[in-house]
Amino acid sequence: MLINPSSPHSDDGWLARNIVDPSLKDSAPIVLETKQLHVYYGDNEAIHEGDLKFPEHRISALIGPSGSGKSTYLRSLNRMNDGVARVTGEILYRGVDVNRPEIDVYEMRRRIGMVFQRPNPFSKSIYDNITFALKRRGVTDKQTLDEAVETSLKQAALWDEVKDQLKKSALALSGGQQQRLCIARALAVKPDILLLDEPASALDPVSTSKLEETLLQLKNDYTIIIVTHNMQQAARISDYTAFFNMGRVLEYDETSQIFTSPQVQLTNNYVAGDFG
Amino acid sequence: MNNNLQKQLLKRSKAAKLERLGKTVSFLALMLITLTVFAIIIFVASKGLSTFFTNHVNLMDFLTGKNWNPSVTNSKGQPEVGALPMISGSFVVTILSALLATPFAIGTAIFMNEISPHRGAKLLQPVIELLVGIPSVVYGFIGLTVVVPAVRSVFGGSGFGILAGTFVLFVMILPTVTSMSVDALRSVPRYYREAALALGATQWQTIYKVVLRAATPGMLTAIVFGMARAFGEALAVQMVIGNAALMPTSLVSPASTLTSVLTTGIGNTVMGSLQNNALWSLALVLLVMSLIFNLVIRMIGRKGAMSK
Repeated sequence: MLINPSSPHSDDGWLARNIVDPSLKDSAPIVLETKQLHVYYGDNEAIHEGDLKFPEHRISALIGPSGSGKSTYLRSLNRMNDGVARVTGEILYRGVDVNRPEIDVYEMRRRIGMVFQRPNPFSKSIYDNITFALKRRGVTDKQTLDEAVETSLKQAALWDEVKDQLKKSALALSGGQQQRLCIARALAVKPDILLLDEPASALDPVSTSKLEETLLQLKNDYTIIIVTHNMQQAARISDYTAFFNMGRVLEYDETSQIFTSPQVQLTNNYVAGDFG
Repeated sequence: MNNNLQKQLLKRSKAAKLERLGKTVSFLALMLITLTVFAIIIFVASKGLSTFFTNHVNLMDFLTGKNWNPSVTNSKGQPEVGALPMISGSFVVTILSALLATPFAIGTAIFMNEISPHRGAKLLQPVIELLVGIPSVVYGFIGLTVVVPAVRSVFGGSGFGILAGTFVLFVMILPTVTSMSVDALRSVPRYYREAALALGATQWQTIYKVVLRAATPGMLTAIVFGMARAFGEALAVQMVIGNAALMPTSLVSPASTLTSVLTTGIGNTVMGSLQNNALWSLALVLLVMSLIFNLVIRMIGRKGAMSK
């Protein structure tokens, strides 16, 4: 079950690392995989070897203390770190390495969308926020645009709240609504994978639970990778969980495994709330 | 014991005294500057308005008259103080130079801030700061020896005129407009760019549709600042515009601006005479215009703050 069966055991019997290959436990195909991924900020290595596989139509959570590299890792997946950090290694998206200079990052980012920590709608109307990316791709037919707005708002569970005010400024929405609008905006270009970087950290508990419901719905059609520092959130919504510490993935397994019987002592300490 | 405490608390400490001194000094500095500004406005206004109240020139004749020759009286027995040639000359060079400078400034700003921030900051920042520091007489001198002959050989005429003035002002306001445009772009939050890029928009689409839109109020402020500078620039313009108080009919015929007539005329008139008062009226027009520019900048700023 272990990718690296030669992982050394520490003195007290705990594994130093425990990275599980989900395809051994799950029938879902792997849509995204990183091999030997290293991320450098200047001379400073922020990610040392992140090797993970993400199965289709599952929610995978990346957890770990602040500065553990989980956000840096996530942002590397759709090349949002271009020009910010140096990323080496392979990022295999359905078998294609997208971490190559000749890859069209714009087309790749359409397939691997991203939602950020802070809700970041444009200061445009709700309608224009959602159609922004479609218009940039040359879609002008009003009916197509209208349909895309309705579909993606429904998927993001925002339609009922805003259907009568699509021309209203997106900035007039509440924080939770803005974040769901950002999800709808990302869905409008029909991505394959959705990356979420602590999407609920700026939201109140009610908005957070609404967002989580939305994500569980979206799981049926999308592969979701979510960074969170809220362990309960990871436990509630994710199928797989990766534990990051100091730029390394120490453990990756089914979420229930990580939270009930972690194989690595640091994971245990973290999920037990001993540090973080 | 209690008495002693009261004594200590009531006695002003050294720090408290120093604080009071500091407050007084900074308040006096503020008062001095405010007083100076008001004194200048009142002085220019009283001098400038005496053309109309002491010399009984009709305000409309002043603003719309096309003949400027204060020492000559016209058929109505009124002195010839039509300021329209200078007013229109000032506006034409200002607007033309702003129109010319804006695309260059925005292009440079986009390159410096969006496309190549490292090289932009290293190379262009010092260049722009240097351009701001060059005295206007140097610009005027270069205009006189390079721009005027070039205009003459390309467009004909004497070379002196609005076109030469426009070129000189273009170079003079370019650094101001550029550096303020860079500030405007820099103030667009990073998450705007990230949002667009993460949706698969290209960098150019992000700049054009998101960054520039968000920076529009700041850009407009930059352009108006440049216009205010162009409107008020005297020396360099005076050296290349030809200084003929005629209605501008072509871009290459000699013309004049409010500032060029002021700088050439102010030494040749006697304080209190009509000729002198008429020049003060031109100065008043300049002052009112710069106040209007300031108002416009504030209005844009307020609108920008609301839409954010």
